[in-house]
Amino acid sequence: MIKTPILQVDNLNKSFGGVRAIRQVSFDLMPGELLGVIGPNGSGKTTLVNLITRFVKPTSGTVAFKGQKISHLPPYKIVRLGIARTFQMVKPFYHLPAYKNMIIPLYSPRMKQLAGGRYGDRDAIALDLLEEVGFERDSHVAYKPAGALPQGYLKRLELAKALALEPDLFILDELFSGLSLAEVASIVPIIEKIRLQGKTIIMIEHRLKELFRIADRIIVMNNGQKIADGLAEEVMENEAVKSAYLGAEAD
Amino acid sequence: MKKRKERIDRGIKARSSDIFALLSWREMLYLSAPRMLPIIGCLTLPLILGPYWQKVLLSVAVFALLAISWDILAQTGMVSLGQALFFGVGAYCAGVMNHYFGLSPFITLPVASVLGGLICTLLLLPVLRLRGIYFSMVTLIIPLMMVRVIEATKVFGGTEGLSGMTPLPSIWIELYLVIAVLLAALFGFRRMMDSDYGLILKGISDNDRSVINAGINIYQFKAQALFIAGSIGSFCGAFMTHVYMFVGMPVFALDYSILPIAAAVVGGPGTLAGAALGAFLLVPMSEALRGLGGLRIVLYGVFLVIFIIALPEGIFHYMQRKYQQFERWVEVEK
Ligand SMILES: Nc1ncnc2c1ncn2[C@@H]1O[C@H](COP(=O)(O)OP(=O)(O)OP(=O)(O)O)[C@@H](O)[C@H]1O
Ligand SMILES: [Mg+2]
Repeated sequence: MIKTPILQVDNLNKSFGGVRAIRQVSFDLMPGELLGVIGPNGSGKTTLVNLITRFVKPTSGTVAFKGQKISHLPPYKIVRLGIARTFQMVKPFYHLPAYKNMIIPLYSPRMKQLAGGRYGDRDAIALDLLEEVGFERDSHVAYKPAGALPQGYLKRLELAKALALEPDLFILDELFSGLSLAEVASIVPIIEKIRLQGKTIIMIEHRLKELFRIADRIIVMNNGQKIADGLAEEVMENEAVKSAYLGAEAD
Repeated sequence: MKKRKERIDRGIKARSSDIFALLSWREMLYLSAPRMLPIIGCLTLPLILGPYWQKVLLSVAVFALLAISWDILAQTGMVSLGQALFFGVGAYCAGVMNHYFGLSPFITLPVASVLGGLICTLLLLPVLRLRGIYFSMVTLIIPLMMVRVIEATKVFGGTEGLSGMTPLPSIWIELYLVIAVLLAALFGFRRMMDSDYGLILKGISDNDRSVINAGINIYQFKAQALFIAGSIGSFCGAFMTHVYMFVGMPVFALDYSILPIAAAVVGGPGTLAGAALGAFLLVPMSEALRGLGGLRIVLYGVFLVIFIIALPEGIFHYMQRKYQQFERWVEVEK
């Protein structure tokens, strides 16, 4: 059977005033694929995510999801179609207990659309989801105000919020940054589990070693352009990539 | 020796948070007192006050409602400087229905609340996208524009206004009607803000990006909050139209915008109860100072500043803490 791409990004461009943050970026993503996006700071990775989810309006170019053009839709409608993202800067609802933060995605119209989606008491579902991402069931962590949680738990909470939406495509923007090796090691199995359910995942990462272990394919961004696309080993042998990373380190 | 203040929940707070509280009178009383006292207070006040202070009570209740309306918007992240818009639109709705169509106050009041809420929502719909101070500025300007529009077009009696409205049958009906609406709004909307729906509203003010990211159309929720706040404010205006038996340009006066904010800030924003409490303090205080002429505003301002400096969290939060926790000084260990 020939699979059709779940996501098609076609000639995307974005300028902020004079800054061309994204230039002519195109790629297709197959269902079930885990795509890693890497690149030096300021290379346009987060902007690319913002363009796909339409938090930022593209200057030109289109994005299609499951064959349907989405680049004209407002962001909340894109979420309802089944794309969930996490933010690089996690900003929880600080004064609410962690599990109450989950109420907002659980209140989403997407929950009502999904036949056979999770239903029942939102608080109970929230606690279940938090357990899935590693909030220990019998500890009080889930009941603490989100503002008092350490970074590791905030990132898990962010992931749990995306999980709550039961999306078909996850876009995780630097989920691992600011985490210890042990914390990363404990989140990787969660991501692998999501994958086993056949979900498609885009991961933006600076932690290359951890990323390469799980990614099927890597896209390298530099100065807003896609400079390489392929298997991890191939990509890292690419001259343009080498110089982009060397250039970034020399800065 | 360095010391720090330690706050400990009262035992009764923990005990009464469970269904077993129902087994003990003391614990049931602890739970119900904060709700029963204001209800009993509001219901008995009209009986013990003289005619002058009964009138003051009317305006206390109206400002309490306006402060609640302000607080609902503020909790949704929309800081309004224009409660006078809601008040004025409601006032004119009731005035027009009564003056031109002869409708009874018992019809104009509910209709003006809903209609006023709708008109205010429609007026502000185009600026829902504005955030922070930009939204506030627009809400400040619109009531001022309404005054000029009425002045220039001479609609609805122009600068003269409309007089000879039907009053409510008696002061008692006025008093108990507005108190009933106040209590219903206070407890009803407090419950709403604590529900999952309210959580979405508060989420929008905290971090709207994160709410959008849950597939929620925040403009729909903001419009709903506007409608609720607009309806409460419109009820106030409609009610006062029948109390004064007059509606005119003063209904868009700055007082109706500023006093509710002062009440909410002094009482403690974010709880609705604090906003109402603030009105119960500020409005009578302003009346009591009335004899002082020009000095009144100065003294009033000084009181406000003292309150805000001494209790920046607001009176309601302070009282709530005292009720649920006790404090003691403990030595800081080295
Ligand atoms: N809202 C904005 N307004 C103006 N310029 C922006 C905006 N967002 C991003 N940029 C610019 O676009 C470029 C790409 O930024 P982006 O955040 O996408 O990079 P990134 O690859 O995610 O970097 P990092 O690894 O640091 O997260 C940068 O030069 C940035 O300054
Ligand atoms: Mg980024």
